[in-house]
Amino acid sequence: MADNGEAGDWVGRGHGVGRRTFLGYVLAASTLTVAAEFGEAATAPSRAAAAIPSPPEPSELYDLNDLLTDATLPTANLISIQVHADGTASFALPRAEVGQGVTTSSAMLIAEELDLPLDRVHVTLADARPELLFNQLTGGSNTTISTYTPIRVAATLARGRLLAAAAEQLNASVTELTTKAGTVLGPGGAVVGYGELAVKAASPTIVPVPVTLKDAGQFTVIGTPRNRIDALEAVTGRKQFAMDLAVPGALPAMICRPPTINGTVRSVRNADTVRAMPGITDVVPVTTGVAVRGRTFGQCIDAVRALDVDWGPGTEEGTSEADVLAELRRAELPLVIPPLPLLTKAVDLRFTFHFASNSALETNCAVADVRPDRAEIWGSLKSPIVAQETIAADLGLPVSAVTVHVTQGGGSFGRKLFFDGAREAAEVSRATGKPVRLMWHRTDDFRQGRTHPMSLSRVRATYTLGQVVGYEQRHTSVGTDFGHGLGEIVTALAAKLPVGDLGFSETIFELTQQTPYEFGVTTQLLAEADRGFNTGSMRNIYSPNVRTAQELVVDQLAKGMGQDPYAFRRRFLKDARARAVLDAVATAGNWGRAMPAGTAQGIALHPEYHGVVAVLAEIDCRPPTTGRKIPDAYTGPRVTKVVCAVDVGLAVNPRGLQAQMMGGIMDGIAVALTSSLHLENGRFLEGSWDHYYYTRQWNSPPELQIVVMPPTTGAPGGAGELAVAGAMAAVACAYGRATGTVPTTFPVNHGEPLGFEPLPAVPPIPASPTDGLSRVS
Amino acid sequence: MPQHTFVLNGEPVTVEVESDVRLLWVLRDVLGVTGPKYGCGLGVCQACTSHINGRAFNPCCVPVGDLAPTDEVTTIEGLPATVGKDLHPMQEAWLDADVPQCGYCQPGQIMAAVAKVRQAREAGHEISGLDDAVFDEIRNICRCGTYHRIREAVLAAADRF
Repeated sequence: MADNGEAGDWVGRGHGVGRRTFLGYVLAASTLTVAAEFGEAATAPSRAAAAIPSPPEPSELYDLNDLLTDATLPTANLISIQVHADGTASFALPRAEVGQGVTTSSAMLIAEELDLPLDRVHVTLADARPELLFNQLTGGSNTTISTYTPIRVAATLARGRLLAAAAEQLNASVTELTTKAGTVLGPGGAVVGYGELAVKAASPTIVPVPVTLKDAGQFTVIGTPRNRIDALEAVTGRKQFAMDLAVPGALPAMICRPPTINGTVRSVRNADTVRAMPGITDVVPVTTGVAVRGRTFGQCIDAVRALDVDWGPGTEEGTSEADVLAELRRAELPLVIPPLPLLTKAVDLRFTFHFASNSALETNCAVADVRPDRAEIWGSLKSPIVAQETIAADLGLPVSAVTVHVTQGGGSFGRKLFFDGAREAAEVSRATGKPVRLMWHRTDDFRQGRTHPMSLSRVRATYTLGQVVGYEQRHTSVGTDFGHGLGEIVTALAAKLPVGDLGFSETIFELTQQTPYEFGVTTQLLAEADRGFNTGSMRNIYSPNVRTAQELVVDQLAKGMGQDPYAFRRRFLKDARARAVLDAVATAGNWGRAMPAGTAQGIALHPEYHGVVAVLAEIDCRPPTTGRKIPDAYTGPRVTKVVCAVDVGLAVNPRGLQAQMMGGIMDGIAVALTSSLHLENGRFLEGSWDHYYYTRQWNSPPELQIVVMPPTTGAPGGAGELAVAGAMAAVACAYGRATGTVPTTFPVNHGEPLGFEPLPAVPPIPASPTDGLSRVS
Repeated sequence: MPQHTFVLNGEPVTVEVESDVRLLWVLRDVLGVTGPKYGCGLGVCQACTSHINGRAFNPCCVPVGDLAPTDEVTTIEGLPATVGKDLHPMQEAWLDADVPQCGYCQPGQIMAAVAKVRQAREAGHEISGLDDAVFDEIRNICRCGTYHRIREAVLAAADRF
């Protein structure tokens, strides 16, 4: 590669182009602005063969990430990096940052290729850009997979332009120059800062330039552990989320919601009285309830509680869990492997996975300023183009009249794929004629917010003579809403069609679910039932449940065939990368060590997102542990240790990858052991974090080790959701081995008596406590 | 409308607002101090954790009328000044361990951790005594699941202030 990064025999994409040569653009601008096409087809993962080969499943050859990446191809739109006169570079990432670390990893890519210190790279989040079509969806752990090459191409081009500008200024040849930490170094000790060159390197016209990327062996930033670029803002309280923005006139607003799922407003009996309450400026009925707007959220909470509303029925009126279970059983697809011949045995199990909440700590919220001829929205949105297009349609405005700003998000876990808060904020702003900061109350966020759907997984695995000859899995789920589509309105609408969505769901299922083991004839199929719930993904879609069912069956197969769970998996795994992470956790976690009765290890594996993760968990199910008393807490079995090994092909930021594994493990522990929603008579009972038992300090493993494998494929895979399935399955397997049972209901505590007194349904939210000073600690 | 005076991050402030409005909303909606976050408004998630007279509390559960003019309220914004530095050692430890993910709960986590270390110290616990039982008392939700790095940061900072 030539030093200016512009050489190489560029042939053109789709015409046998070299693997590392791409087209970049210098854009017409007053300061150096470079761009690259967004979208590069990922190569299909290769597969290994062993034992009785299973025919390749669709997801092994072409998975959801390939779909998401390929969806970007026709758009041919650009992402751009600017180099400024102060020597910094900036980049507006067309993705949401919700904690997963994509602003940091994107900044690292730019720092690497531009040869600029990381703290001089500023990454912001792009407004909705409808021209990007498919290419502004943050989902499927796809951000780094789809942006890795385009960002590097643009940054490499920028460095080349800066070198060329410096050569002119120094009257030197580019080959005599090099770069170092934001400066160009020339003959005789000449030093020119990038800032000085930023204007000279700019172009008055658009110039396409072939760009050759450097070899991975030359990386000095990519692959090195870095701290988050926004950590200082986070720890000082300066990081701004949607509700922290000071948008003029945008007063707090909340919605009084119905007592049952998707209930409707018939009439409001005391709107005038409530409107006269202290601080309240507006009371207006809207699609989802009755909106109040006021000086403070505290006064909005009081107003919501004071409203007297005649509510109409919802979409799940009178439904309880047993009804949904029966519906799912009726919808389950049949198994197809014919009756067993002699000498063949089977493991035949059905697992139940209860509703779970994907509520983030930041509840649904958005700022909206809707005027007669235009609207402006601020929110953490993973599908901002669909949000923009939908809100424009709601308001009867052209899409170009609606500006959607993507703010930093306080977690997502699937919730921010949708824009329920933004849509409501726009409606309330329109109805009141005033700007609003609309936020959901915590209790509403659990009860009326989207849920991860309840599902059943029936598995039958048949084995004989030391081989698994067939594996059938029938996953039956309450319908998952994919109304966010692939990030724009066309597929979003397709996903909303009654028939189209089933096809869409099945497609997503086929593109995500894999069996990493050679189990002979393998089929995994999805059926859906009941579309009355507000659903969505939850840090993955189907995988944690499908994987947990499969790994528990694997443990039973191993047991039935008299083999150790680790050795059994190792023998049947298809892929060398999978075997390597499994070996890594078995070694680092001392698999098979002697442990007291009531405690055990579990081991599991999960491939997805062009990566693979293995998790070894140790659990303590002995009464002194399960009986630990912590006020208003669910303690239960304690995961005491987790060892995780992860191979994402290439870890751009190993420290960030470890963070994502850590978080995914906490989610896996929660969905295996403690966190679910209870459905009773058309409503969910949980209404607070002391009801919905997400992992807390007292549930988190005191010992945690995360091994990042050395680069394997050379291209980054997805990370944000990868660990959840592996961790949930490993914890479930450990629980089964510690208790001598096969757990078939998740979370395992779901059937226990409720550990809390459910809050009333009317008013929909509880009173704000007043005893704070008596609880000072 | 009633006036309420208290000390906020070292400076006396007076606000005009109904007495029953919880302090969290006085801070966020009236005074524009947005470090303390809303995560439940029920004294459960601890995202708004701040200090009153040096001890941890939840402003979402305190009517502003309950404050006396001498009460010293410290939010994350005022934490560094309590040690006369740009960053409190707990914040530095947080950065060293690269704790935050989305960052939403982190101000509350840090304020809770500082108070917990002070409390343990006052109770005569050795700093190394920040064992499981002490962490069991940190109730703050982190939905990103940063719990393990929080432990590392608290242990690292415990004897630095």
